[in-house]
Amino acid sequence: MAERSGDAPGPGTAETASLASGEAGSRRIRGAGNYLALLPFFLYVGLFLILPTLIIAIGAFTTIKGEPTLDNVSRLFTDSVVVETFIKSIQLAVLTAIGGAIFGGLLAWAVVSGNPNGLLRQLVIAASGVLAQFGGVMLAFAFLATFGFNGLVTIFLRDIVHVGLLTDASWLYSLTGLAVVYTYFQIPLMLIVFLPSLDGVRQEWYDASASLGGSSWSFWRHVGGPILAPSFLGALLLLFTNAFSAYATAAALISQGASIVTLEIAGALQSEVVPGQENFGKALALGMIVIVAFVMLLYALIQRRASRWVR
Amino acid sequence: MTASPGFELSAAAPEGGALVARPKGAGRRRRGSRLQLVARIAILIVVLGYLILPLFAMLEFSTRGPFGSRTLDSYGAILKNQNVIDGVTTSLQIAVLTVIGMLVLLVPTMVWTVIRVPRMRQVVEFLCLLPLAIPAIVIVVGIAPIYRWMGQHLGVVGASPLTLAFINIILVLPFAYRAIDSSLRSIDSATLADAARSLGAGWPRTIVQVIAPNIRGGILSAAVLAIALVLGEFTISSLLAFNTLQVVIFTLGQQDPFVSVAVSFAALVFAFVLLIAITRFAGGRDRRTQVEVEEPAT
Repeated sequence: MAERSGDAPGPGTAETASLASGEAGSRRIRGAGNYLALLPFFLYVGLFLILPTLIIAIGAFTTIKGEPTLDNVSRLFTDSVVVETFIKSIQLAVLTAIGGAIFGGLLAWAVVSGNPNGLLRQLVIAASGVLAQFGGVMLAFAFLATFGFNGLVTIFLRDIVHVGLLTDASWLYSLTGLAVVYTYFQIPLMLIVFLPSLDGVRQEWYDASASLGGSSWSFWRHVGGPILAPSFLGALLLLFTNAFSAYATAAALISQGASIVTLEIAGALQSEVVPGQENFGKALALGMIVIVAFVMLLYALIQRRASRWVR
Repeated sequence: MTASPGFELSAAAPEGGALVARPKGAGRRRRGSRLQLVARIAILIVVLGYLILPLFAMLEFSTRGPFGSRTLDSYGAILKNQNVIDGVTTSLQIAVLTVIGMLVLLVPTMVWTVIRVPRMRQVVEFLCLLPLAIPAIVIVVGIAPIYRWMGQHLGVVGASPLTLAFINIILVLPFAYRAIDSSLRSIDSATLADAARSLGAGWPRTIVQVIAPNIRGGILSAAVLAIALVLGEFTISSLLAFNTLQVVIFTLGQQDPFVSVAVSFAALVFAFVLLIAITRFAGGRDRRTQVEVEEPAT
């Protein structure tokens, strides 16, 4: 598939096009012109994506006056509060990625084994798109309406069932609460990412396994499982970065006492005027980039392997 | 939330372009055992139940009236709240600018890499997917100085919330790229371009009138994703202190939780309806394209 459109425009095509348009310029000049047409795109991405990244990378290693320093970056490793923050963020991301991957994976399986053109499938996919991407602040409010001090479930348990469970809603405003809400948006993201891979498992493989006397279990154990493993792992990494870089939900739920990296960065950004703090936000940001870039690199490697079977 | 690969990933399915990834064999329902059926129903009830519960709670919470009655007052209050109206207006304007900017920037570039400089295709793809590896909160840190500069040197234009479109275009690149790419792969754009150019069309006309209509599905998905992303964007607008929809909802949450939950619920429903509509529309389109393109191959 990749080759079909990638290889089609060979030199022959360029020739025809230039003949048709009656160009007389030399091949080399035309070649340079071809690249020049991509200039607006490169300029734009350079200005709004590469330049900000450079500002972070350079800022993290300089003082506000522009002198080189390692103070900001070394704080990432020496300041125990900062280290703790990174650890908490990573724990939160790992935990919710695993939870989201398991429940989302199961949901994806349940949806895939249904009617491929059915209403359930369409609704679940569209709803997942909304919940996985659109969420943030609104999902935090959804959970306040559910488990907050006056939330539906809280009131139900307290006034109707009379169980002393979850009555103290302050757990929602802590890391536990964050984990619950994060898992909530990880599930639909998992569904979206994992569904195409599940679709790639062919009925023929299942039939082949069955005709050799394999049970449903042995099919998943020896065929389906190993084929899906790279996709599952890739999705897990994607979920990790998603939770690790999430900010909106945390900002809406946790108003004080920043305890995860994204909140810490927001705090640093707002207190940049404090002497000695100026470029610390950039160091934190650099730390995030390094972690996410590493995970995404793993993801790319795994993805290459996963794509072998999912055609 | 941050830029995360979302439902467009299903667009990256081999079928090319369809928002809903459809499995190869249409009637490929796996005939499972009774145990499987029970497991499937149990999973659907438990997991979907967990997903639906907070949404139902939002509806319940936002319709609470005095003494246990039900009222739609919170929803009525949305329309009377000038901040909400301003936030929605601002976000919609940013969304329009983002969609236009994204298409103008991306479509010609992608078509060009396919037809004339295939060597650059991977570079462009890499750059487009790069925002996935840079969390939104990190981008804010790096872009804040640039926006500060724009605010100081570009007058009213530089200080307008509409400048958020610049950064939103970057955020939407990965999703837009995937959506357009899968459509572009399903057509033979080189031949189409040759045909158009041999009939005397210039490049602008070739791209706008010949290629673009053939990748309508991808363009549409990209546009919808961009709109959803802009309407849901909070991190960057809040930290750059622009009052977009999400920032208004956030602030409202501290003043009037009932109205803020009502707005949130309305926004989620709106996004859901938008996605359903577009899935049906784009799905129908691409199904036709796909038949035309792929049948000769088999």
